[in-house]
Amino acid sequence: MLQAIERQRYFIDYSLSSLARRRGKNLGLLTVYSLIVFLLASVMLFTQSLRQEAAAILKEAPEILVQRIAAGRQDLIPAAYLERMGSLRGVSEKRGRLWGYHFDPAIKANYTLMTADQHQLPPDGILIGAGIARARGLGAGDFLSLRGNDGKPAAFRVEGILPAETELISSDLILMAEPSLRAFFGIPDGLYTDLILKVSNPREVRKVAEKLTLLLPDTRPILREEILRTYDAIFNWREGVVFVLLMGALLAFVIFAWDKASGLSAEERQEIGILKAIGWETGDVIRMKFWEGGLISLSAFLLGYLLAYLHVFFADGFLFEPVLKGWATLYPAFRPRPVVDGLQLATLFFFSVFPYTLATLVPVWRAAITDPDSVMR
Amino acid sequence: MIRLEQISKVFNQGRPNEFRAIHGLSLGIAADRVTLFTGPSGSGKTTLLSLVGCLARPTSGRIYLKGRMISALPERFLTDIRRSTFGFVFQRFNLIKGLSLIENVMLPAYPLGLPFPELRERAAGLLHGLGLGSKLENRVEWLSGGEAQRAAICRALINDPAILIADEPTANLDSALTREFLAIVEGLRGQGKGVIITSHDPLIAESAVMEAVIRMRDGRRVERMAMED
Repeated sequence: MLQAIERQRYFIDYSLSSLARRRGKNLGLLTVYSLIVFLLASVMLFTQSLRQEAAAILKEAPEILVQRIAAGRQDLIPAAYLERMGSLRGVSEKRGRLWGYHFDPAIKANYTLMTADQHQLPPDGILIGAGIARARGLGAGDFLSLRGNDGKPAAFRVEGILPAETELISSDLILMAEPSLRAFFGIPDGLYTDLILKVSNPREVRKVAEKLTLLLPDTRPILREEILRTYDAIFNWREGVVFVLLMGALLAFVIFAWDKASGLSAEERQEIGILKAIGWETGDVIRMKFWEGGLISLSAFLLGYLLAYLHVFFADGFLFEPVLKGWATLYPAFRPRPVVDGLQLATLFFFSVFPYTLATLVPVWRAAITDPDSVMR
Repeated sequence: MIRLEQISKVFNQGRPNEFRAIHGLSLGIAADRVTLFTGPSGSGKTTLLSLVGCLARPTSGRIYLKGRMISALPERFLTDIRRSTFGFVFQRFNLIKGLSLIENVMLPAYPLGLPFPELRERAAGLLHGLGLGSKLENRVEWLSGGEAQRAAICRALINDPAILIADEPTANLDSALTREFLAIVEGLRGQGKGVIITSHDPLIAESAVMEAVIRMRDGRRVERMAMED
């Protein structure tokens, strides 16, 4: 056992010295290899983090959202619909929501205005998202003037800024009291933007939605799982776009690595001949070269992944941010939470370390099975 | 004793460039003597040496080492015999550039997995014995021709083989270094080791150290002359 370990140590030692002897070639390879792993891992980590973030945010969202449809478009929904749907089995809570969009020509951005259900605000008081605060240079106590639906400006006093942790969804958000919002948008009492339903048992969600379509035929129920699926599809699509963009680089690397790995130089071929002639078995030579390829690919994988981790979670993934996150005037300051998905890590490891290591072994095996007397000739 | 029976070696068999290097050769070599294979270039002496040293297999015929047929053994067993029985000194020495002198010497023993201090001590002892003790950590490309040859001999001896095999060992050396080499061979003979050399250097062929000479031409043995019995 100890002898076997000692043997492997000798092979690793020799592999390291062999790598050091071809320093230029191997450093070049390691750099390009790490860069490719870095790019792929960055995209994977960033997208995964966005998916997780979206899932975490939507976890608190209601299971069913009901919108009224008039002529194929969303319309305000009467509060009476809450009574019309009656008591549905499995629905633990139902209420109307009031919200809307407002375009601010001053910064050419859209705000989302909502009623502050969990905050007591004075009629002219608002809470604003951090994105708006940054864009308009506002702080608590400042006033924000917006043009209402009647064309007259309405001034609101900023009571506070929404917490930074929720910035991904609250960056463009303005919360105000319900009467103020109705007055600002001109929405009469008894009408809501949409209705929300909370369903405790996930198995009952679809059944409740089916009943709703029968009870309220002019409405459209939207399930939370559908929203999640849409987010997933968007992030998958964006990830795919980046991968396609990276395909050229990936292909160049594959050609480069294949050339480096599968072609043995005359010097390497002779070295294998010498090793065999002085008493190394074919298996010993392959083991040594396996360590050599493994050390390169493993180092590149670890280095690339570490850089990607730092890039995504400490530098906010600045290279891919615009593509993966989408664009907005009120960009949320999104700090991805460090998440490493085991399966994703294993997939990347498998597709980056194994092909290279195997590619190095084929020519070595071919060289190593030839008679060692080639060094004599 | 190494015994060869009706050995033939054909390169590129079945191709237009087929070449028969050895033709039905039979001979015996005393494993504890100094034997010289001599002959002009292309006579087949290096091929014969590689067959004897288990570096290649014959196309036909049998090779026996101490009565055991080795010519049909699988590569793994052949490597084992090569490692434990033979030490090789190549014409261009074939030291691995970029490695230190002592690393080169230790290299044949790596697959054995000996404890590192023991192996290093053994390698250093051999290098000290051949006057290279002060250059253990020097890279081999800095060595002179004579030093490189002595390094190659040390490497050949690291696994304590019974027979040293040297292919044209003095082809790149001057007369003084050739005599130095012969002195080393004599020393090895004194330690009870056998040496098999290929050479067409007259200094080697005429040396009293040679105990048996096998003359080759066109892949056939011309004569065998016992120098000492």
